[in-house]
Amino acid sequence: MIKRLTCIECPKSCLLSIKIENTRVAKVSGNECPKGEKYAIQEIENPMRILTSAVLTEGLSLKMVPVRTDKPIPKSKIMEAMGQIKKIRLKSPVKSGSIIAENFLSLGVNLLSTRRVS
Amino acid sequence: MGLYDVIIIGGGVIGASIARELSRYKLKIAILEKEEELAFGVSKSNSGIIHPGTQNPVNSLKGRLCVQGNALTRKMSKELGIDFKEVGELIVAFNEEDRLKLVELKNDAEILGVPRLRVVDRAWLKKNEPNLSRDAAAALYAPTAGIISPYRWAYDLAENAAKNGVEIHTLTNVENILQHSGAGNIGDFEIDTSKGEFRSRYVVNAAGLFADDISRMIGIDDFKIRPRKGEEFLLDKKRENITNHLIFPLPSKSSKGVLVIKTSDGNPMIGPTAEDVESKTDLSTSDEGFKKVLSSVQRLVPSINGNDVIAYFAGLRPASGEDFIIRREAKAPGFINVAGIQSPGLTAAPAIALLVSGLLRKSGLSLKRKLFFHRHRKRDIHLFNIPLSKTKRLIKRDPLYGDIVCRCEMVSAKEVTDAIGRGAKTLDGIKFRTRAQSGRCHGSFCTTRLMKILASETGKKSTEITKRGKGSEIIKEERCQALPAKSA
Amino acid sequence: MVERELVIVGAGPAGMAAAISARESGITDILLLERDQCLGGILNQCVHTGFGIEYFKEVLTGPEYSNRFIEKINALPEIEISLKSFVVKLTREKVLTYIKPGTMEDVKAKVVIMATGCREKTREMVHIAGTRPSGIFSAGLAQKLINIEGLLPGREVVVVGSGDIGLIMARRFTLEGARVKAVIEIQGKSRGLARNMAQCIEDFDIPVYFNHKISRIYGRDRVEKVIVVKVDENFNEIPSSGFEIGCDTVLMSVGLIPENELIEAAGVEIDRKTGSPVSKEVNKTSLPGIFCCGNSFKIYDLADWVSKDAALAGKMAADYIRGVK
Repeated sequence: MIKRLTCIECPKSCLLSIKIENTRVAKVSGNECPKGEKYAIQEIENPMRILTSAVLTEGLSLKMVPVRTDKPIPKSKIMEAMGQIKKIRLKSPVKSGSIIAENFLSLGVNLLSTRRVS
Repeated sequence: MGLYDVIIIGGGVIGASIARELSRYKLKIAILEKEEELAFGVSKSNSGIIHPGTQNPVNSLKGRLCVQGNALTRKMSKELGIDFKEVGELIVAFNEEDRLKLVELKNDAEILGVPRLRVVDRAWLKKNEPNLSRDAAAALYAPTAGIISPYRWAYDLAENAAKNGVEIHTLTNVENILQHSGAGNIGDFEIDTSKGEFRSRYVVNAAGLFADDISRMIGIDDFKIRPRKGEEFLLDKKRENITNHLIFPLPSKSSKGVLVIKTSDGNPMIGPTAEDVESKTDLSTSDEGFKKVLSSVQRLVPSINGNDVIAYFAGLRPASGEDFIIRREAKAPGFINVAGIQSPGLTAAPAIALLVSGLLRKSGLSLKRKLFFHRHRKRDIHLFNIPLSKTKRLIKRDPLYGDIVCRCEMVSAKEVTDAIGRGAKTLDGIKFRTRAQSGRCHGSFCTTRLMKILASETGKKSTEITKRGKGSEIIKEERCQALPAKSA
Repeated sequence: MVERELVIVGAGPAGMAAAISARESGITDILLLERDQCLGGILNQCVHTGFGIEYFKEVLTGPEYSNRFIEKINALPEIEISLKSFVVKLTREKVLTYIKPGTMEDVKAKVVIMATGCREKTREMVHIAGTRPSGIFSAGLAQKLINIEGLLPGREVVVVGSGDIGLIMARRFTLEGARVKAVIEIQGKSRGLARNMAQCIEDFDIPVYFNHKISRIYGRDRVEKVIVVKVDENFNEIPSSGFEIGCDTVLMSVGLIPENELIEAAGVEIDRKTGSPVSKEVNKTSLPGIFCCGNSFKIYDLADWVSKDAALAGKMAADYIRGVK
């Protein structure tokens, strides 16, 4: 089957035409650079997303501190990740970039703070 | 709670006026209001016009009480620290036949005692109301028309009444009324409410849209409230001076028509429509209403266009028959009905209060003046109304005046906490008292902070803060709680 | 009266970039006025990524992007930061009056850069009929409630408008456990970036109705449902095309308006339709020496472009001072 996707690697937003056979990518066309092909394969076979949200703090200068995963995680794990994020209570000050949860969800990514909170 | 002398059912501008008037006397008085705050019923949707008294039937209570109320409102507004602005009104005629109708209106109004009326011509209109349609041939000019903030008026009256000892019970819905047969002629009333039982020697029914339901509880059901919806549309404050007077078309049988209104807060307002409806609670606006109002007012002031409209709302007039129903009830001695108070109800309010006071006296209530009656109420401070130099002094005196919460209307944290201290329990309550959330951004910027202040001042949880009472909560849940309903 | 060389109103992405650039262009006396209690402006509540792709060639969240500028500003002593400072008046002579807790100050500037951002179009501005219950939010307000206050304002959401903010918030609500039942867009295609359509809508299978609008909101105390109708090429309702969507929240994302009340009162010419200053050149207004940058000049799609043009404004301010001198 053919799936159409808009590539999001750069503002060109090439319209990709992806031939899928047995859930794997057989051919990619419409891309103006190799990033497009790589994006298509990733998106179809194992879509990954950077997750951003905020965690509740206790006793700090901000009620919520914004967080992100430092690397993309599988799209299928997003809601489970949110469940974990909602349970976190940050109690000690952090800088932007500090690790809040290491090896988050055992996925080999860290959950980082994106803002300083004292 | 003991036996009250007078219980007033309904905390709108009428109930509040009556309470304030009766609070001059040594009486135990309470207002019972079913909503979370006062003036959340009919009174909040009012146009804010203090009518001169034109356009009322000559022998009507409406006419008499309107003229009297106009004079009383001027005087009382000074006592209670609220702005009353005399802007005058023009009832506009487009041809000779209509001009003759103006003369009829003038004569009727003069019989009622409306002062200083004159019919003005094209030249006068061109000079004094330049944006009025060039097709306007003449107008009846009633200089004594004025404007006031209708809900602030209700709050100020209620506050003064409370200062003079009146109890105010909100979230108190009257469910049943029984009259006991007393030893003499008048028996005490037992009022069952959602907050328990109240007992009173006299009852005043000022329950607006629900006055017929209340009256029926005591067995008097010879009138019915038929709600008549009115949609109104607010224009950008930048158009404040599009007119200098209140502009009326010639009245029709059922309504004063669609008007171009100046409001106390500056935004011009156009409307209202007049549509008989079944529901006593449906306050929806419509595209048809918008179109109708726009085309009607463009006949009067052609330069008004739809892009100037920044907000809109609807109100329900508690219409019942041709005239106010203000009377003692022979079948229930001590029960006073104050029903069907549609236009000019706001204007007539202080006069209605005097009339009701007289009816109570006739019913046997002894009115002994208090030694100390607090007649005055200190004017509220609103930063947007005062020069910056005065704001500077206020900030030096109290730093919270320098903490601006609503940036569109320049409302400080101090004004917000004051409003809460004076009875605001909801976001609408704060809006009506301070204008925070009424500006260009409609609360996008200030709502978060207002909710926090409300939560900390009233001890409510974030999930308990409402727009206007139970059912209108803003927040569904706070982060510390639930997990997502579904997982991956 | 206190006199300063450059006063900048607003320390969001525009104001911060302008301040740094002005300093780098040679201005050594800069007063940066910010009404909030921290720098960063709207970036503080934009917890999502999508920032810095052009400016820093990195994929950053709003706070991270903001932080790059904050660190630079903190390292420049010539930039004086005044927080909780709300400007209430600007004159054409470049005198600003601002309120801080406990005081009101006047300051005269040689040159002014306004970076006051924008506000959101409201439900009333797009004339949606119906009732006025709780549950109708602008996207920005919902974003602040969720990201800054940890409060979820709705569980069943209909998003009006497919601009970026609406799309971002559709995802945000979904991540918090709410159900976004539809995105309603009056045009024939999305107004937002392709990236956001993919990652906010398609990822979560949220239905999008192009060529549709909300014709009515129902609900007495809280939103209960909306009526959605199809529109023709002239945006007129197609009769009998209406259907209901039950919901408790209507999220308005129907456009942004530059926030220019202060300069308008000072006599700057403003385009009535767009809210932008009337101008032939970016950042300039009809009053020389009063510049306007970022979303208060015109609505930008990316914060990166805001920073780029705002940096230019800083240079222009420096040039102006040199020229005036």
